[in-house]
Amino acid sequence: MTSSSQYKDSGRAGLEDVDEFVDILEERRRSSDLGYAFRTFNPQPYKGAPSCSTADLNKAVLESQYLSYMAKEIAMETGSSVEEVREEVCGILEEMSQNLQLGFIRMMAYTLSKVFKRLFTSILVNMEGLNMLQQAVQESPVILMPNHRSYMDFLAISYILFTYDIPVPVIAAGIPLAGMKMVGEILRRSGAFFIRRAIGSDKLYWAVLSEYVKTIVRRGFAPVEFYVEGLRSRTLKSLLPKLGMMHMVLEPFFKGEVYDITLVPISISYDRVLEESLLAHELLGVPKPKESTTGLLKATKVLQENYGSMHVNFGRPLSVRQLCHGKINRCQFNLVPRDLPQQPSAEAQACVSWLAHLMVRIQEEGLLISPWSLMACMLLQAPTTVLTEEGLLWHQLTEKTLWLRKLALDFGARLNWPGQVPDSDVISSTVALHCSVVQRKAGRVYLVQENEPLRKCPISPEDGVIRMAAPLLMLASYRNQSMHVFVRPAMLATAIRVTESTQRDELFSFFCFLQDVFSNEFIFIPGKSPQDFEEACVLLKKCGAVNFSQQEVMVLDAGSEVLSFLQALLQPFIDSYQVMFRYLCEEGVHVLSEKQFLPAVRNLATELILSGELCTYEALSSDMQKNVLSALRRLEAVTKLRASEQNEYRVNKAAVRRIGDILSRKIPPQMLQTTPDARL
Amino acid sequence: MNVLSTCAASACQQAVCRALCSVVTKGNIVGVPVGTHPYHKFEIMKWNGWGYSDSRFLFNKKGQAEFTGKRYRLSGMIIPGLKDWFEGTFGANLQHKTPPTPLLTNTAVPPATLNEAFVEEVKSTGIPFSHDAEDRVFRAHGHCLHEIFALREGKIGRVPDMVVWPSCHNDVVKIVQLACKHNVCLMPYGGGTSVSSALECPPEETRSIVSLDTSQMNRILWIDEKNLTAHVEAGIVGQDLERLLNESGYCTGHEPDSMEFSSLGGWVATRASGMKKNIYGNIEDLVVHIKMVTPQGVIEKSCQGPRMSTGPDIHHFIMGSEGTLGVVTEVTMKIRPMPEYQKYGSVVFPNFEQGVACLREVAKQRCAPASIRLMDNEQFKFGHALKPQVSSIFTSFLDGLKKFYITKFKGFDPNHLCVATLLFEGNREKVLQHEKQVYDIAAKFGGLAAGEDNGQRGYMLTFVIAYLRDLGMDYYVIGESFETSVPWDRVLDICRNVKARIIRECKDKGVQFPPLSTCRVTQTYDAGACVYFYFAFNYRGLSDPVHVYEQVEHAAREEILANGGSLSHHHGVGKLRKEWMRDTISNVGMGMLKSVKDYVDPNNIFGNRNLL
Repeated sequence: MTSSSQYKDSGRAGLEDVDEFVDILEERRRSSDLGYAFRTFNPQPYKGAPSCSTADLNKAVLESQYLSYMAKEIAMETGSSVEEVREEVCGILEEMSQNLQLGFIRMMAYTLSKVFKRLFTSILVNMEGLNMLQQAVQESPVILMPNHRSYMDFLAISYILFTYDIPVPVIAAGIPLAGMKMVGEILRRSGAFFIRRAIGSDKLYWAVLSEYVKTIVRRGFAPVEFYVEGLRSRTLKSLLPKLGMMHMVLEPFFKGEVYDITLVPISISYDRVLEESLLAHELLGVPKPKESTTGLLKATKVLQENYGSMHVNFGRPLSVRQLCHGKINRCQFNLVPRDLPQQPSAEAQACVSWLAHLMVRIQEEGLLISPWSLMACMLLQAPTTVLTEEGLLWHQLTEKTLWLRKLALDFGARLNWPGQVPDSDVISSTVALHCSVVQRKAGRVYLVQENEPLRKCPISPEDGVIRMAAPLLMLASYRNQSMHVFVRPAMLATAIRVTESTQRDELFSFFCFLQDVFSNEFIFIPGKSPQDFEEACVLLKKCGAVNFSQQEVMVLDAGSEVLSFLQALLQPFIDSYQVMFRYLCEEGVHVLSEKQFLPAVRNLATELILSGELCTYEALSSDMQKNVLSALRRLEAVTKLRASEQNEYRVNKAAVRRIGDILSRKIPPQMLQTTPDARL
Repeated sequence: MNVLSTCAASACQQAVCRALCSVVTKGNIVGVPVGTHPYHKFEIMKWNGWGYSDSRFLFNKKGQAEFTGKRYRLSGMIIPGLKDWFEGTFGANLQHKTPPTPLLTNTAVPPATLNEAFVEEVKSTGIPFSHDAEDRVFRAHGHCLHEIFALREGKIGRVPDMVVWPSCHNDVVKIVQLACKHNVCLMPYGGGTSVSSALECPPEETRSIVSLDTSQMNRILWIDEKNLTAHVEAGIVGQDLERLLNESGYCTGHEPDSMEFSSLGGWVATRASGMKKNIYGNIEDLVVHIKMVTPQGVIEKSCQGPRMSTGPDIHHFIMGSEGTLGVVTEVTMKIRPMPEYQKYGSVVFPNFEQGVACLREVAKQRCAPASIRLMDNEQFKFGHALKPQVSSIFTSFLDGLKKFYITKFKGFDPNHLCVATLLFEGNREKVLQHEKQVYDIAAKFGGLAAGEDNGQRGYMLTFVIAYLRDLGMDYYVIGESFETSVPWDRVLDICRNVKARIIRECKDKGVQFPPLSTCRVTQTYDAGACVYFYFAFNYRGLSDPVHVYEQVEHAAREEILANGGSLSHHHGVGKLRKEWMRDTISNVGMGMLKSVKDYVDPNNIFGNRNLL
């Protein structure tokens, strides 16, 4: 893979060949689930790490020097007594702590066997990765870092580890799960520990959490699992990594408390995501249902459907020691007690951020692209009316999908394309699996629109847009599953079109500009823009679209199809961002809150869609709306008001307008100064 | 004041020397030395290995290890467990031998570059000197692995061009004056036990290099019983100093592991530390007065006040100067009455963590015995392998019983347990009281008393362990030890990380067999501890084993520094660890030391290029 070869120097190695995947459900379909759940489970933990009971762990955390410093500090600040703070610590710890018990793991293993067999055709796991993990677990504390697309993620990983005699992990989970009756407790005993959302500036909470996590890492009795993206991605695209947990798990290495830490990126790919429709509605502003046990029971109807296969790709275990070589000076802790609460140094922050981004990138590279995701890319490039009214010709979709398959392979993507079956069968069965989104009727493909219960009054045009939006956003999410494969060449293709230049430096400036504007949409490793650009050039050359030299990038005649596909792939993002820029530049908008911004933009976008001015429905996605705000904040075109409690922002219209103008070619690319990388 | 008979004897010897002095060649100097070290050390000591020529480990025809000679408790004994341990630990094989070049060939030694005018003037002073190949080669090295390895291969690099043997302070003054006058490079040489490349001649040195061997300055000049001090010439080696003081009922209590061979001047020049520093202190605590000859003249204090507030202590420019400023000639040292009672002891802990926790507690309560050392599991096993053959069935039965008690009854995992060795000193009653206190603390950390024998053997081994390296080198195994000091809270981390780093680096560098990577905590302080690492591996299959060894040691040192350890606790910097000095003492610190050097020795007469 081209992309991975560039990071070999940082100790990372991509998996050169698509590994042998093994279906772990196959055995479950053949033998007793009960026997499986009660078999001898004899994992080999990190060498020398004795098992650690919940009580021992909590005691170690409570008695830590770090928390005792913190308790004193906080008692001083708040005027309460150290004892009171200590009590608070106990409370937090009780709410947080996992209570891993083998009995519950067995019960979960039994239940999950039943559930998984019903939901999935197969759960495919790369054995090579699993074997390496098995080895790694014995050598250093291991951090499992899966991407997060579904609630199934962590259940599946614990299930697989149990199946292969690897110590089951303790898992950082969101506190809402803990609130579910029974389920919260079951998860706790299966190794989940619970973290509050929006910890913000709660110093004591941060302190307890970080000491808890660090103690688990230091002791090494079980792998720690957490989502570096922080949240479940509503859009099936990678999210900007969160750095808090990453700091906590890495610190024991920085401080020499462990010899090394092993990071294991895990890429989970779903043919069909259980929560697909829920996610689309959330994006449209229908709030996420509160996690509750009854809600879970109601959701049992999802158990009736088929969700195809799930691929779990365990990445090559990465040594933090090797990755951080030359990036972190461990002597920085020589002159102060290591337990003393301290802000991480700039060097440590940069290193942690880089590692977190790198992990996301490796997760992306480990994903398997499904035929459906390629089809979604193609479907979204058809005009909406075609999808809803005229229908897209079946053979056209087939042809285009096959064309895209070749391009994806050229770009080094790993495809999940069944080999022994004729392509037409693959496409038919894919469409059949996704009957919730598209339907095939008489040689054409149509978008499935929601069957609303009949209403008394006819639906308004605005409601019509929202109804249409749900399946389109679902489609967009599935397209997003393969965006990471195309995004760099797509940005270069866009740069070529917008700048109309062949000069490499001009293209590079615009490429960097796009990376900056879309840095919340697509994840790039900070400071690696030149490599990203180089990669884009190499890939476009590989598929015959361009030729390039030290100074120039020349478009080839044969490249127009690829380039226009790639440009069109990025277009919905550009168009949606422009809508939001337009809103921000409107008269009367000076200070706005997130709460106002979301519905206002939704209204404007609806209006523009109805008037035919806007072709994409993605501007309706609340995720994208939030991403715009974050990007503008980082580009300093909006600033958060310090005094504000409700996330209020002040808009610098000139700056927003300028960004919009560059994006739409109103400012010539020559005028574009390379913005210093603001993401570092 | 008590003028000792030794003085008289030495004076007499001096007279003999003087009579024979202008003669240069071997064999012509006949004097019977009072000290252990004769002029021509190679007559009783190995020229390419550790210690006395008559004492060495070997595998006899039956394949059993034995230790030759008569000097040590282990001498003449069979060590039945060593072969299995050796083969098992290193993957070594008694069939695969790597014997050393048996004899030093004079042709391998570069010819001496003599400064004729200097030689003439030295001759006229009557101070003995030599430019024999053997004498010069012997003083061209310490005991770093690469130095000994090269000697065994018969490879000789730059060596001193000449050796001089001053026999008193005034001789040194004369030599230094002449060296300055004729611009020759002087390198002080004491016991030759350096492990920091300090004795290596700088290859870039173009002047004639003269090794100034202090071994004949070995007298105790006086003992002051009122103040409990002794004034001693700096060339005396540890064992002679103790023996002679013991004859008068005193001791210094300074016992570095090298005390058989290392000299008082060397201790001062490297800031040495002794095993029993908990009672007697390290060298900086022991010296009351130092006299050093420098190119600018003699430096010394005007009185023997026990502490002074007279600006920065000039002794601290001298201690640790590693021969870069001058020659230490005479030292006034504290002495103590010989202890009435000594008792060894040992404690077994279920694991290293508990052992360290116990040592930390002992340090906290400031009740450390004269010596307390904690060996990790690998060293415990090593120590076990060095048990000599037991004569009676009863002893072996007892040993079996002990093992059963500890591993089966107490449930200690033989692959995790570790042992602390103890030495108590003082009056009998207090020792017993002290012993109880320490064992009570140990019990709180799961420690079980494991007998005097184990303790005593542990200390005896410190003297023979250096001989073992030579045995290893006969069979493709090379190794070395190095040390550091580190705050208490980092002891466990540094031990784990450095050992792991060594193993990892060996693997990465292509070492075919798992290395021995082990450590022990050898000294406790209020705020930290001294940690010793031992590292050895089987180098079969490597084309440049010494280079691999050096790379691994370098990486291990980096790891030590990254884990908050010091560059050295007592071995010194020499040339081996120079590259880290600036980071260790800061730019200003370097500047300070440099300016001292520039003032004291502007022409770099003491040109061994250590330290800076």
